[in-house]
Amino acid sequence: MSMKVKTRQVDGITILDLSGRITLGEGSVTIRDAVRDVLAKGSNKILLNLGDINYIDSSGIGELVSAFTTVKNGGGELKLLNLTKKVHDLLQITKLYTVFDIKDDEATAISAFTK
Amino acid sequence: MLDSLDIREIHKHTAIIAVVGSYDGRDDWHTGNSRTALADSTTSRVSYTLDSSLDSVNKIEQVAEQCAQRAGFDEDTIPQIAMAVREAAVNAVLHGNAYDSTKHITASFETTADSLIIRVADQGLGLDPDKIPDPLAPENILRGSGRGIFLIKAFMDEVNFRQLHPGTELTLIKHRTPAQPGT
Repeated sequence: MSMKVKTRQVDGITILDLSGRITLGEGSVTIRDAVRDVLAKGSNKILLNLGDINYIDSSGIGELVSAFTTVKNGGGELKLLNLTKKVHDLLQITKLYTVFDIKDDEATAISAFTK
Repeated sequence: MLDSLDIREIHKHTAIIAVVGSYDGRDDWHTGNSRTALADSTTSRVSYTLDSSLDSVNKIEQVAEQCAQRAGFDEDTIPQIAMAVREAAVNAVLHGNAYDSTKHITASFETTADSLIIRVADQGLGLDPDKIPDPLAPENILRGSGRGIFLIKAFMDEVNFRQLHPGTELTLIKHRTPAQPGT
């Protein structure tokens, strides 16, 4: 199953609800385009909801990192929400768990963005 | 579903090599793709020659998952094996053959009494494993790529590189435990 993205706004934060797989050639391109679209519309506070991401490969991990650095370098913030165990474990193995700001609760995540 | 993924037709107690037809009529599988199967009383083996495409990557990942299931690995280990094999296939297609339609990748899956052994080979320029940057190093941690080999090593028990001139073959080994009755 390829990746799907739904976009919504909560308190000035753009939430991208992602579902499916983030892999080379499928989700990785989709997530790149989605983040680019958000930035192009002038928002730079992004919450990636990964609760329905059931698979991610190294390309997908790389895409998350690229999104994080792109947003951060532009003066914005990107946080991750609702990691599945598989994604959580992969970020632990790759030592990225402490690089990202990761939240388990949407309200907490929203309030953690700089106002 | 690709019915060609079913490897149950491999006959035990024989040592024949069977060239099994290509695929189920899907246009995206080129006629040059082929599959061979070899089995005897202790070993089952199936191999594929595929074009340099993401479809091939997905197919190899599927076969890896099936082989890992048949070998009796647990539900946590099966997706790890499948991911490691996917990463090897991505390397072969993307970095090895660079999507060159004139080049192929091969993938073989061998289940022995002790191990599941997967070999993935490309026809590219070759890969020096000693020159792969450490993705955990501070200067690399925010790179957008370069974690594939690392994940392969994290999930498999043994990973070996062999230069083919041209190309590279990765051998991925996961040891079975006595509690795994599988094929």
